[in-house]
Amino acid sequence: MSSMSAAVSAPSAPNLLRCYAIEAKHEFLRLLRTPMFCIPTLVFPAMFYLLFGVLMNHGHNTGPFDPATYMLAGYGVFGVMAPGLFGFGVSVAIDRDRGWLQWRRAMPLPPGAYLAAKLAMAMLFAAVVFAILATIAVTIAGVHLAPSSWARLFVVEVFGVLPFCAIGLFVGSAVSGQAAPAIINLIYLPLSFLSGLWLPLSVMPAFLREIAPLWPAYHLGQLAYAAVGQPSMGSTLSHVAALTLVTVAFLLPARRRLARG
Amino acid sequence: MQNVVLQFADVIKRYGASNALDGLDLRVQGGELLALLGPNGAGKTTAIALGLGLLDADGGEVHLFGQSPHALAARRGIGVMLQSAGLPETLKVRELLAQARAAYAQPYDTGDCVRMAGLDGLMDRRYGKLSGGQQRRVQFALAICGRPRLLFLDEPTVGLDIEARETMWRTIRALVADGCAIVLTTHYLEEAEALADRVAVIAQGRIVAAGSVAQVRARVAQKRIRCVSALDTGVVAAWPQVRSANRNGERIEVVTDAAEAIVRRLLAEDASLGELEIQRAGLAEAFVEITRAVA
Repeated sequence: MSSMSAAVSAPSAPNLLRCYAIEAKHEFLRLLRTPMFCIPTLVFPAMFYLLFGVLMNHGHNTGPFDPATYMLAGYGVFGVMAPGLFGFGVSVAIDRDRGWLQWRRAMPLPPGAYLAAKLAMAMLFAAVVFAILATIAVTIAGVHLAPSSWARLFVVEVFGVLPFCAIGLFVGSAVSGQAAPAIINLIYLPLSFLSGLWLPLSVMPAFLREIAPLWPAYHLGQLAYAAVGQPSMGSTLSHVAALTLVTVAFLLPARRRLARG
Repeated sequence: MQNVVLQFADVIKRYGASNALDGLDLRVQGGELLALLGPNGAGKTTAIALGLGLLDADGGEVHLFGQSPHALAARRGIGVMLQSAGLPETLKVRELLAQARAAYAQPYDTGDCVRMAGLDGLMDRRYGKLSGGQQRRVQFALAICGRPRLLFLDEPTVGLDIEARETMWRTIRALVADGCAIVLTTHYLEEAEALADRVAVIAQGRIVAAGSVAQVRARVAQKRIRCVSALDTGVVAAWPQVRSANRNGERIEVVTDAAEAIVRRLLAEDASLGELEIQRAGLAEAFVEITRAVA
């Protein structure tokens, strides 16, 4: 073997930073050129917020509860779940199905670049969803928040995509590209409802209230409500711990499966 | 032993109860073009997947530049064109090429890649809008762009028109002349005859014949005799050392291992025999014969 390695020296490494940058740029271009993904992701939360938070909100402010602010947080969380779930779930399933992930594993591409680029795009989309809802909140819904509350909500929403990226990745590593959109919707919509993002949990049946802590979106929702000074349940630490647990629990098996192809 | 770029040593790969590879031994030297031939399901694609680290061997060892094929450092010396690549359809050819080139330390210039793969006029088109043959050319460009020292080409010319195939062959020859080793699988035997320094025939997961094109062809002594004759092919077929005899209009075609003896007898029995031709078996016939012997 020593004669072989002497005869064939190892090729030198390319500029990894450049690989990551190109990968992120391409992921952005792919999303931009796929309006079927971009438009619903950006429009639905804004539409729901306008409909329920502005048009149908007849303003019964009791104590600290303010429907327009409460719904800003709720629909914000609903909005940032989508880039994580769909951005990972559907596109990973399609890339896997079509053989692109296999081609990538055969090529000397840095293995982390693919997921890092998708993660960066999910966080970017979360930031855009945040900005759109915040604009509606300030201009039309009459929401007033201290700068520190805005900052807290931004952090909750942008980092809140992570557990949903992990869930999406898990689905994307397991199902076909054709089945993925349906399965992701089956997770996304019931999860949002059951976690109290559409209707406050306080108006839902007791049973649904009791099982709400099972859902990751519930924990992110509580963090968002707390960030904007709306009534919330549980401690920040318990919610962060639950979301971290969800992220790890879905990420590890997904990575194992993707490495195997 | 010097300058072995890819080595399979007694490699076993199981799928369920059957062995896709059953003690595969194969060595690829730097700068040679090895054509891997074999019927569907013989283990060609499995062998390539093991060489690329896409699969793990159940037995034996696979070395890529003396390292595990999983090692990123080893894969930096390769280029690969699989049977399908599934490249993102919304990206432009220019973008895909930039991404692949970035994975290598000393890639060819973009202009060289365009010329070598015949990508003129395609660079600003989206991959999904290209025809099948154009997509294959893009995949070929991505495979060669990194100045690889070992190139895997799995059925590269399927779906290409003649001009595109000529461009690809020319580039393949130029790469080999530059010292790049190539492992080529193909169904087109004329492609192997035109390009390969060495041929390995794989059947049922093992190498059943290996050598130069001439050596493998010589494994089969068969010759094909064609002539215009009135002889009854049923009778000719019964002669010793005749494998088959068939009539096609006024011509008959006789396949035999002993061409000289049979020609003498044909001439003796049919004085009016004309337009005699004798053809040596091509790689196609050799290949059919060798794989049939194993089955």
